Amino acid sequence: MWVELAGVDVALGKTPIVRGVTTGVDAGDLVVVVGPNGAGKTTLLRAIAGLLETAAGSIRCFGRDPSAPDRRGLAQDLAYLPQHYELAFPFAVEEVVLLGRYARQRGLGLASANDVEAARLAMAATDVSALAHRRFDELSGGEARRVILAQALCQGARCLLLDEPTAGLDPAHARGVFEMLRRHCDAGAAAIVVTHDLDLALRYGRTMWLVAGGRLSARGAPADVLASAQTREAFQLEVYVGTLPSGRPFAVPL
Amino acid sequence: MSAFVSGRGVRLTGSRLAIICVIAATTCLVIGALAPLVGLVNDHGSWHLEILGITAKFDSTIFDVRLPRVLASLLTGAALAGAGCALQALLRNPLAEPFTLGISSGSSLGAVIAIRFGAERVFGYGAIGVASLLGAMLTLFAIWRLAQVGRHLPPATLILAGVAISMFCSSASLLIQYTSDFTDVMHILGWMMGGLDAARLSWVEYASVPILGGLVILILYGKEMNALAAGAEVAASLGVAVARTQLVLFAVSSLLVGSAIAVVGPIGFVGLVVPHALRAIIGPDHRALLPASMFGGAITLTICDTLARTVIPWNHLPTGAVTAVLGVPLFFAILLANKSKASLWGRA
Repeated sequence: MWVELAGVDVALGKTPIVRGVTTGVDAGDLVVVVGPNGAGKTTLLRAIAGLLETAAGSIRCFGRDPSAPDRRGLAQDLAYLPQHYELAFPFAVEEVVLLGRYARQRGLGLASANDVEAARLAMAATDVSALAHRRFDELSGGEARRVILAQALCQGARCLLLDEPTAGLDPAHARGVFEMLRRHCDAGAAAIVVTHDLDLALRYGRTMWLVAGGRLSARGAPADVLASAQTREAFQLEVYVGTLPSGRPFAVPL
Repeated sequence: MSAFVSGRGVRLTGSRLAIICVIAATTCLVIGALAPLVGLVNDHGSWHLEILGITAKFDSTIFDVRLPRVLASLLTGAALAGAGCALQALLRNPLAEPFTLGISSGSSLGAVIAIRFGAERVFGYGAIGVASLLGAMLTLFAIWRLAQVGRHLPPATLILAGVAISMFCSSASLLIQYTSDFTDVMHILGWMMGGLDAARLSWVEYASVPILGGLVILILYGKEMNALAAGAEVAASLGVAVARTQLVLFAVSSLLVGSAIAVVGPIGFVGLVVPHALRAIIGPDHRALLPASMFGGAITLTICDTLARTVIPWNHLPTGAVTAVLGVPLFFAILLANKSKASLWGRA
């Protein structure tokens, strides 16, 4: 297992947020994490990224404790895209994407030909190549989101932890991001993606985790999880899972 | 003003970095070599400005008086601007400077106490400098302990602790001045305005070790400073050892500021204006901005000090006052030139 969680509890201060989560992710898996606001999805993701300590249980990422001090080693295997991203200084888009190469640079960290090529591919994958020379703080919300997704891709990590990568994206780009992630995972990578877009989660996810009240209340194929009683209870609404005439499945909250 | 190195799609490469450093270092050398040749000479009772040492030739005034002073201004200007740049990165705020964190107030308090209790008469001429360095180190320790949350130094608590300590130290300095006699008060005031009248070659020698060492360390942390711009959490997931980086940046900046203040007193605005102005010109990439700020600070302080000792013939102006008087209009000029780009000031 690339990422393994065993009986994980996480608390913010004294408030328990995540309780008793046991699960795992392996190569090729595209995990979509759904659940109501405040269910603990982000906290769970931050704990896997090693940004929060666990109160109980253990997390192993590529055989190591993600909260250990060796951030550089972890960053080569694991990339994390936070929900909120604020840049203090006016860097250009390409420079923001190149920040993703930090863990692979030494000394002054001037971009090598490899770094530049990785940034170029990452920008192409999230359709921001045309923005490369723009200033990051002058972008629209959706464009900025795609740029930092490119930063996470550029890191060259085997496993991506993405917290709402499609928030604020137009439908075409949102679908583009999931298509790209699917290709990425089919090629042997893995991703854990928090999203509120149930339709995209159904179409592109391989495994779905339903997080409710800090617990992993359902896990399995997206179609099964979305149709389950746990989902109805967690969201307090019914999710209709159907099939279009073309044969592709779709999900609509009713 | 649009950035010609970073921030506008011109990526920093080794050759661009080399060009920036060569231009900055050459300007710095030229200014440093010319400044000792500029000065006032007393010719039969009347003062006149002498440029390029034509009257004085290469006499002892140039080597014994002006050269140490120019070396001191080059060194401390580089320290103040380099530290200002690093503190702006650490606090993720382009308005941070050595004075924001209370290091200079603590350092001043050390000097004020030393003057008030006549440390110079007991320990000799360097006592005030040593006391101010001690003050800076104690303040550094206090702020660090106050601001630390877990292993991290979050910008918000760091600024809060800095402002509180800074106010405490300034009030304590005022109280001590209030209980001092007239001579000591004048001495304290003179010191607090910051100046290089008293700069000695031996002090420059002592201070050059921590200052040059500190600046080299800061330059090596350029890419960490860049990553910190995205926030501590993103920097950590990019692979940065955030807690260690924050501690190093904070401690090294404090050491630089403390050493500079020990030599020249609390000189303001160099640490704020120089990195800020250079960010507007060469962009925010700290790997270029930090060395550029160092050289820029050295050049700026040397020019200001040369003005301070030549503008009026009968007395030297306090250098700290000159940097502030020249710094504020420059600051406004940058503000006005970039008004449309509110983000120069951080997040709009």
